[in-house]
Amino acid sequence: MSSHCRSVLVIACLPHLLCAGDRVLRVCADPNNLPYSNQRGEGFENRLAELAARDLGATLEYVWWSQRKSFLRDSLNAGKCDAVLGVPATLDSVEVTRPYYRSTYVFLTRADRQLQLTALSDPRLEQCRIGIHVVDNDYAPPAQALARRGLGSNLSGYSLFGKYGEANPPARLVEAVAHGDVDVAIIWGPFAGYFAKQSDVPLQVTAVSPAAYMGVPFTYSIAAAVRKGDDTLRDALNGVLVRECTAVRALLEHYGVPLVEEEGKCAPSQ
Amino acid sequence: MTQRGLVFLGFSALLPGLASAQIQNQPDDGQWVMAPKNYASTRFSTLDQINTGNAKNLKLAWTFSTGMTRGHEAAPLVVNNTMYIVTPFPNVLYALDLTKPGAPVKWEYQPHPEPASQGVACCDVVNRGAAYSDGKIYYNTLDNQAVAVDANTGKEVWKTKLGDINQGESITMAPLVAKGVVLVGNSGGEFGIRGWLTGLDAGSGKIRWRAYSTGPDKDVLIGANFKPFYSELRGKDLGLSTWQGEQWKIGGGGSWGWISYDPALDLVYYGTANPGPWNADQRPGDNKWTCTIFARRPETGEAIWAYQLFPHDDHDYDGVNENILLDLTINGSPRKVLVRPDRDGYVYVIDRTTGEVISATPFVYVNTTQGVDLKTGRIKAVDAKKTGYKTVRDMCPAPPGGKDWQPSSFSPKTGLIYIPHNNLCYEMQGTQANYIAGTPYVGANVRMYAGPGGNRGAVTAWDPVAGKAVWQVKEDFPAWSGTVVTAGDVMFYGTMDGWFKALDAHNGNLLWQFKVGSGIISQPVVYKGPDGKEYVAVLSGVGGWSGAIVAGGLNPVDGTAALGFVNAMTDLPKHTTKGGMLYVFSLP
Repeated sequence: MSSHCRSVLVIACLPHLLCAGDRVLRVCADPNNLPYSNQRGEGFENRLAELAARDLGATLEYVWWSQRKSFLRDSLNAGKCDAVLGVPATLDSVEVTRPYYRSTYVFLTRADRQLQLTALSDPRLEQCRIGIHVVDNDYAPPAQALARRGLGSNLSGYSLFGKYGEANPPARLVEAVAHGDVDVAIIWGPFAGYFAKQSDVPLQVTAVSPAAYMGVPFTYSIAAAVRKGDDTLRDALNGVLVRECTAVRALLEHYGVPLVEEEGKCAPSQ
Repeated sequence: MTQRGLVFLGFSALLPGLASAQIQNQPDDGQWVMAPKNYASTRFSTLDQINTGNAKNLKLAWTFSTGMTRGHEAAPLVVNNTMYIVTPFPNVLYALDLTKPGAPVKWEYQPHPEPASQGVACCDVVNRGAAYSDGKIYYNTLDNQAVAVDANTGKEVWKTKLGDINQGESITMAPLVAKGVVLVGNSGGEFGIRGWLTGLDAGSGKIRWRAYSTGPDKDVLIGANFKPFYSELRGKDLGLSTWQGEQWKIGGGGSWGWISYDPALDLVYYGTANPGPWNADQRPGDNKWTCTIFARRPETGEAIWAYQLFPHDDHDYDGVNENILLDLTINGSPRKVLVRPDRDGYVYVIDRTTGEVISATPFVYVNTTQGVDLKTGRIKAVDAKKTGYKTVRDMCPAPPGGKDWQPSSFSPKTGLIYIPHNNLCYEMQGTQANYIAGTPYVGANVRMYAGPGGNRGAVTAWDPVAGKAVWQVKEDFPAWSGTVVTAGDVMFYGTMDGWFKALDAHNGNLLWQFKVGSGIISQPVVYKGPDGKEYVAVLSGVGGWSGAIVAGGLNPVDGTAALGFVNAMTDLPKHTTKGGMLYVFSLP
């Protein structure tokens, strides 16, 4: 890894031997939001941060910050840390790296129900109680298509923030499916994939289609973020993402993140 | 126009020749016992030592620092020669001894609200003040506690938890005490709450009733005596049927604004806030009873009438503004009315016995609606200005409205309402992906900017009978403080860039001004000191929704911050700095 370091962090890491230990990678992360991160380091963004730090020969430091509204403004952009792992690749309030995966909103159902839902236009949804996250002051994006279909009455909102004293508040929606409180959840893929793997009740995960409705996408490419103007760190992280592509991919698959399209696919040589 | 037959509740005895409709037990003794001054919410003081001739001689008498830097919106209270001040979070209550030089602190009370409550305040961690009744000071904390504190000793009498910050609820409003009931409402329409107004027993703090703003009639406390004026407001369980499914459970409609009370009719009046979620496409229907004025019995909460100002609100036009209770002669007939300058840009004159809209006249530039149909009571929304997952430009007024919470005053001497307000328009863009707690979503990007004329605010003297402005003073920034007016025909208010001003109530001429340390977004009050002198007091300390760019240290580059208000306020940090301080003025 030290050889990567020399090639990428020319200014920060010459001479080569001073590199490890001198450099600190400060990452803002949510202390209680698996599968992404938690304070015990159990999330895939924790693992990714460790991998990046190792690759860059840097010491990893966390700044724990719950990802509520104005998270980026108050943490990364306020200078409390230098990187955040996991933002939409189109975000313009920060400098983003290359995307390292693309995921999708999914239908999450109990396997024993055998609903096999794939389309937001499926007429059977009219008979379903549909759980969906309430994000800040809006429902998560697929609610738009459902409300247009007149299915607003089928929606049950689950607060994304939930009770922060409990572990991983967004997981309450997954539990609602397992317990049968709702027939189906329409939920962002990484939550569904990870918690479905942990669930005692077998759960099924399928991507929603279409992939966008009225200009609102349901699939998103995810990248890492640094402050605007911090090209050095962005380029360094891009280097990590190229070099460690196979490991990153394996990590995402291990955590059950539903992956779509070519985003984050590794070059053959890797 | 004072001869036109205007009567002001509570002071008619002082105005011989005018018909009497006095609110009992509310003679003006020079104290200031509730944020809106009196049950009619006129913010009129009968004191007249300071007048249009001598106001230019006003001098600073004393000051008091709260030591806090967030937005200060409260009205100081003055009772029994003691001044009471509620600070923003952490909501400390200070009692200052007015009988001693420099008004030293007599005691302070610390309610220790949960720090996490700061995260669910949409628009700064403000508090709008307290109410005094029967030896106790009542107020609310950001983390949903109503407290009663002994006015003499500062000892807590009771404390009652009314809501849950984990559900997005907080409380920022000033309570009102009527008939031994403390009335409190919640905030949090931006966080998926279900709004309510609650009545607590003033003696024990026990919850007597709770009236929700959405849901079945039994939850809204709608029963056999509910008689709304307009037919579309009648029918069973409209708080359910005007929503899809269970959306009413997170439908918003908090009650974070003002409450008035008419003892003769035994009705309290208040408005409910915007529906949630903000994106109107996600909640088809009229979304009752959000953006609605309710008349209720204070002892039971029973609804007597309601009027929905803005069905299916898609501009965040909360209906929480002040209702000023006046008896006016309109078209030759005496009418008991409530007058409210609303977020949607109209001054409403409403019969407060029935809920009939007598008139709705725009006081700012409005293009999102085309008036109110007085036959049906329904506001006429302009289709091209409806919001959703799309980009809509040039909408006026902006979400903070023609006027936000900042309360107006009314002088029975001039017959005018002094409206501090905004002049803001906005645009909404639908598709920037955002990310919260590991979840991508698409929120509307709101950007606000100055309306026609380029000034972002104004103070307008409004004739509620003629339905027209008599004079107007333009302000560069939104006029985000309340106004107060006196029998000396002096009207006071403060500006966000820190000028405290005295205007001639007749014509708006500037009589005096004083530059305070930080912008003013609070409620000035007028009182008689133990020395018999007239004093004017105001908290400075910029912040609130409009001043978040200073108090919250927001980045002016992100115009969509503070729900889009930052875009209109990028220059405010050049004009003022933060810091809470009370200023008290008097004649030499």
